[in-house]
Amino acid sequence: MAESTYLEAIRQGLFEEMERDPNVFCLGEDIGAYGGAFKVTEGLQTRFGEKRVIDTPLSEAAIVGAAAGAAHMGMRPVCEMQFIDFISCAYDMLTNYVATARYRAFLPCPMVVRGPSGGYVRGGPFHSQNPEAAFLHTPGLKIVYPATASDAKGLLKAAIRDDDCVLFFEHKYLYRRIKEELPPGDHVVPIGKARVAREGRDLSIITYAATVWKALEAAEQLEREDGLSVEVLDLRSLLPMDDEAIAATVKKTNRVLIVHEDTVTGGIAGEIAARINDLAFEWRDAPIKRVAAHDVPLPYAPQLEDFMLPQTGDIVRAARWLAAY
Amino acid sequence: MAVTSASERLAPAVLTRAQLLELYYYMRLTRSLEERLVNLYRQTKVVGGLFRSLGQEADAVGSAYALDRSKGDILSPLIRNLGSMLVQGATPLEILRQYMAKGDSPTRGRELNIHFGDTVRGFIGQISHLGDMVPVMAGVTLSFKLRGEERVGLVYVGDGATSTGAFHEGINFAAVQRCPLVVIVENNGYAYSTPTSRQTACTSFKDKAIGYGVPGVRADGNDVVATYEVTKEAVDRARRGEGVTLIELMTYRRKGHAEHDNQSYIPSGEIERWARENDPLDRFAKVLAGREGVSAAELERIDARVAAEIDRATDEAEASPAPEPRDGLLGVYADPAVAPVLWYREGVRSAVDQHERAQGWGTHDG
Repeated sequence: MAESTYLEAIRQGLFEEMERDPNVFCLGEDIGAYGGAFKVTEGLQTRFGEKRVIDTPLSEAAIVGAAAGAAHMGMRPVCEMQFIDFISCAYDMLTNYVATARYRAFLPCPMVVRGPSGGYVRGGPFHSQNPEAAFLHTPGLKIVYPATASDAKGLLKAAIRDDDCVLFFEHKYLYRRIKEELPPGDHVVPIGKARVAREGRDLSIITYAATVWKALEAAEQLEREDGLSVEVLDLRSLLPMDDEAIAATVKKTNRVLIVHEDTVTGGIAGEIAARINDLAFEWRDAPIKRVAAHDVPLPYAPQLEDFMLPQTGDIVRAARWLAAY
Repeated sequence: MAVTSASERLAPAVLTRAQLLELYYYMRLTRSLEERLVNLYRQTKVVGGLFRSLGQEADAVGSAYALDRSKGDILSPLIRNLGSMLVQGATPLEILRQYMAKGDSPTRGRELNIHFGDTVRGFIGQISHLGDMVPVMAGVTLSFKLRGEERVGLVYVGDGATSTGAFHEGINFAAVQRCPLVVIVENNGYAYSTPTSRQTACTSFKDKAIGYGVPGVRADGNDVVATYEVTKEAVDRARRGEGVTLIELMTYRRKGHAEHDNQSYIPSGEIERWARENDPLDRFAKVLAGREGVSAAELERIDARVAAEIDRATDEAEASPAPEPRDGLLGVYADPAVAPVLWYREGVRSAVDQHERAQGWGTHDG
């Protein structure tokens, strides 16, 4: 069977869900005939028509709000943010309207908001963001951020079938850089379950999205150069978070490094650290350490971006510090 | 000030005598129910704020009456559209339980005042972020269009909400998609204390329609039949697949933003003038007496029926239980259905029991 890129996997997931359920439809900017800024939705309008692949005005609040209204009526909309950086334009609609709808009004809101996220692509401050932490604090939303092609497809299918709103972050650095043979059949990855990306004994790296690959690179280097056995836990879902998997890896290795691409202050690593404190305080042999982006808007120039974002070398250095503690 | 009514020039066939009396009933029910809520508010039985629609009953009732409940039309009200919700089938008992934060209120104590909905009866609850319901109703009506259903949506905004981004994005989206949506701007002169002249440089909110490429019309919102007529035309147009209409209904907010507001910003005599010359119930009662020959006794019978309904509902609502605190953990998500209760509610023993290396952890609290 042929291999699929991360981007193709997302497109396959969309295609299969639109085939399966006539209530699923897509809306977003330039997603129809043009196929989207990254061509994720290419071919969908030809197959499913203009009614189910809707080109919208440049209006993120209206895209999300209209999706919510349609979702109340039994549809399952999938919204594309052209870049996830623009999800902030729909922040009010997501946090105040969508996230509260089931709780305050018993209105189901089964919808997905997806979009290209993340840096390492020289996109500058407004085409590189990782805004997941801004939504972690909102009860009523779910958040997933896959690192592999097979998880991208499986989690998207799960997100579309979920009865609540799922924010689906896609890492644009991974879109065309990774590929794999996808599991056959109706491949659905449950939301809320982490994945052990690499087994290890000495140290755990908890991470998600593009930095999973940097953590894996670092783990190989640490094994080769230091003889360290490093476990890498790919969270996949950020809300809900897999406490069980987090506790299991901490209890196994007793040393934890949390890595994410988002800025460090108020990032998801802080929440993970607090959970580890609750779940496995007595099991740790070293402080919980974080490797994340510096607290600056992400700059454009390669020299600046590379310095601000966490790199494989940073993870190696931090892991050595932890191992030596 | 407008005192001639469309009701007077209306061809009798448009609304039957029974329908006209029904309009009167809903307007009276709105006013009397709010008056009861004022009493309960003063007795501190209303938990939060109280929002009145005194003087605006005609625009709420007349516009909602233009929807077809048998076809599944849906509206999304604003804080001064209690009358619209009553027309769609919300009951005084529900309203009273909501205001009193009862456990068996429509939102089980989760939301305030008239912030609740029922898609089966055809109304979707608003949120406090004004303008947000316009994109939502664009989506509701988009689903009607996508499924080929002959249903229509109606969304209310105030003069204030027209200044929000959500209003603009929502009406533009609906206009481009030709959604079967009617957008009503209730121009009652004030957004909290801000007069219309500080809200827009337009001379009329209906002029905003030009920018969206949809028809914009203006009507006397204190004339219930005129309100009905103008909305009915827009509803029919939407049902024919001709898209969005923006309607500006001219009315006046005679009470403050909420009951606590002393209205110090209102020019002297303005409220009194509207009350004297342009009260929607007084105007409609005159029309009914004149053209329809409805006797004072007949209207008094309706008033008495309304009063009895509200008395019954008040007794029942007052006897309603308060919510169970832990019910508030249910239903943030479909799955998981219950949010976990936080650890400090469980006492010290649970911490000791849960932890594998707990020998050194102090005393139990029993």
